[in-house]
Amino acid sequence: MVVSYLLLCAWALVVLFPLYWLAITSVKTPLDVNAGPFYFPFRDFQPTLESWRYIFVDLGEDTFRPYLNTVVVGLTSTTITLLLGSMAAYGLVRMHYRVRFGAIASFVVGLAAGVAVVAAGGPWQLGAIGGFALFLLLLQTVARRFKRALGNDDIAFWMISQRMLPPVAVVIPIYIFFQQLELLDTWAALIIAYVASHLPIVVWLMRDYFQSVPLELEESAAIDGASRYRIFRSIVVPLAVPGLVATFLFVLVFAWNEYLIALFLTSANAQTLPLTVAAQNATRGPQWWYMSVLILIMIGPVIAMAIALERFIARGLLVGAVKG
Amino acid sequence: MSGQASARPMPVAVSRWSPFVTRLDRSAGAVFILPAVLVILTFSIFPLLASLYVSLTRLSFSEGGVHLTFVGLNNYAKLVVGIDRTHFIGVTVPLTPVTGAVLAVVYGGFAFLLIRYLRGPGATVLGFVGRLFTAVIAGGLIWLVVDTVLTSGRPGTLVVTLVYVSVDVSVQYLLALGLAVLVVQHIPGRRFFRVVFLLPMMITPVGVAYLFRMLTDTSKGPLYPLWAHFGLTDVSWVTNPWGARLAVMIGDVWQWTPFIFIVLLASIESLPVELNEAAVVDGANRWQLFWAVTFPQILPATSTVVLIRLIEAFKIVDLPNVLTNGGPGTATESLTLHAYTIWRALDIGGSAAVAYMLLFVVTFVGITYVNLFRRRVTAMA
Repeated sequence: MVVSYLLLCAWALVVLFPLYWLAITSVKTPLDVNAGPFYFPFRDFQPTLESWRYIFVDLGEDTFRPYLNTVVVGLTSTTITLLLGSMAAYGLVRMHYRVRFGAIASFVVGLAAGVAVVAAGGPWQLGAIGGFALFLLLLQTVARRFKRALGNDDIAFWMISQRMLPPVAVVIPIYIFFQQLELLDTWAALIIAYVASHLPIVVWLMRDYFQSVPLELEESAAIDGASRYRIFRSIVVPLAVPGLVATFLFVLVFAWNEYLIALFLTSANAQTLPLTVAAQNATRGPQWWYMSVLILIMIGPVIAMAIALERFIARGLLVGAVKG
Repeated sequence: MSGQASARPMPVAVSRWSPFVTRLDRSAGAVFILPAVLVILTFSIFPLLASLYVSLTRLSFSEGGVHLTFVGLNNYAKLVVGIDRTHFIGVTVPLTPVTGAVLAVVYGGFAFLLIRYLRGPGATVLGFVGRLFTAVIAGGLIWLVVDTVLTSGRPGTLVVTLVYVSVDVSVQYLLALGLAVLVVQHIPGRRFFRVVFLLPMMITPVGVAYLFRMLTDTSKGPLYPLWAHFGLTDVSWVTNPWGARLAVMIGDVWQWTPFIFIVLLASIESLPVELNEAAVVDGANRWQLFWAVTFPQILPATSTVVLIRLIEAFKIVDLPNVLTNGGPGTATESLTLHAYTIWRALDIGGSAAVAYMLLFVVTFVGITYVNLFRRRVTAMA
């Protein structure tokens, strides 16, 4: 017990000290920051709210607009990702999929045809429609003759493999993609990009949480005549709340803090806060005091969310359901 | 269905809708998975193909704009055998007795595992070839690490990234497991600790990088008294390659331990308590309770979160970029930062080639991990 507390407090100290340093840096003058390490306000140095005033008053609009963007993009993309991702995860846990190699081959041929049309100078609409038509045609005719197929695990691995390419490599194609759709510098572009890039993580994490929901409960509901959707909505999702909450939290955190994609897809209107933080590294070197303020106001809402949601990550939710 | 509906007095609305509802129910599998598959497909294929093509070209400026010249595998050859070899792979040296001994042990282990597989039941030709292939590539990567880290050689970005990933993920996992086990106990203040332990993950990675640059500053940072005590104030510790790498790894561990922590915590918390109670009745102590009851049950979640962390850890970029700018020299450069720096130098093709090399390595590690570890774990559960 005492040992537990010692260990917990030790790690809490490791976590909190850097944050304490952020907090006191945010109330130091540039002079105090550069003069050396001062640890305690009022004793070692005279705290000032100058940096806070600069961020909120001088920058004003340039702080609030990214803030609003971050909130909107973060919450929307997280909600959509969680919805699509948990549906797919449930499908992968409780249903059997077989994707035939023939179907995949047809898709690749259709795609290649579409790309060829565009590369040859044709309009992209023609390429897309033509390629899709060819895919459907092959799917209905040739693809049925192949027997070998990919199963659930292969689909899941394919999904997670989408996160393996580093963002540096994918960001230019994604930029061109949104440029063609004329969505650059909008919320929609960021939301779509974040949903696509965070979906695999949600699918993988929710798969494990759904797996631990007792099958008996679902079976008895099915016998009572509940549809798949009803079972999912009324039984599986409520029982997986701890996992859902944990997943929600860090998909939100990922979207909230994402830097590189936001850097490319936004300029003035849809800019998010991580860009504002990085922008404080001016030509005279990093302006630690402004950066500290921005980081602090960035994590504020997420901490509030974590405190509010933490109670749901608790044992006992499932137990009551099984017994009742 | 419709016959049944008309035979019994049923509300018109239901009989009209029920065929639709049953059909929807029958295709539930597709309805559940298709949205996610379509979204991922749309956003993966195009970037994947585009960057593959770019990795085979060189960007050149000609009259009237930029031009991509097809150069075949040149960009890759440059990394593996050409002028960027020292940057990417590092400086390799002939075997020394120490590295020879280490490698002999590792390769002997591989040979033992392969022979055991061949002797065991259910060995197939395909299975053997797959394992041999895995062993050869893993052996090559291990040779690179051993030959550049344990000798007078110099590790390149590939080796540095492998070191980051293996150290970071294992330290993070052990820390997170310990913390999760500590806070599931019913002790006062557990909610406080749970929220506090999540905090590092919530700071934007760029912010964490700047924060650690502040903290590791030897003249203005909070650890100044410590440096002064050892007389190190003048030597910025990022001038020492391993010191700099250590700083990067500490930052990464600090930031991402919470990720594994919260997944393991949610997993432990959603376990049914009956098994625990039964084990306690049977007289298990807390140590046995954890290793025999809790740990096996959280293995599936463990294997998932470690895979995700593995993949994400390979893409480490902000910390080395901001903290040390990849220096001293290229000592702390990760593969992603490597791709990023030559991309800034407008060598777009070379950058894409580095990215694809990273993709090969991550895919290899990912597939090996899934086949050797995760399949076994999920089959057990």
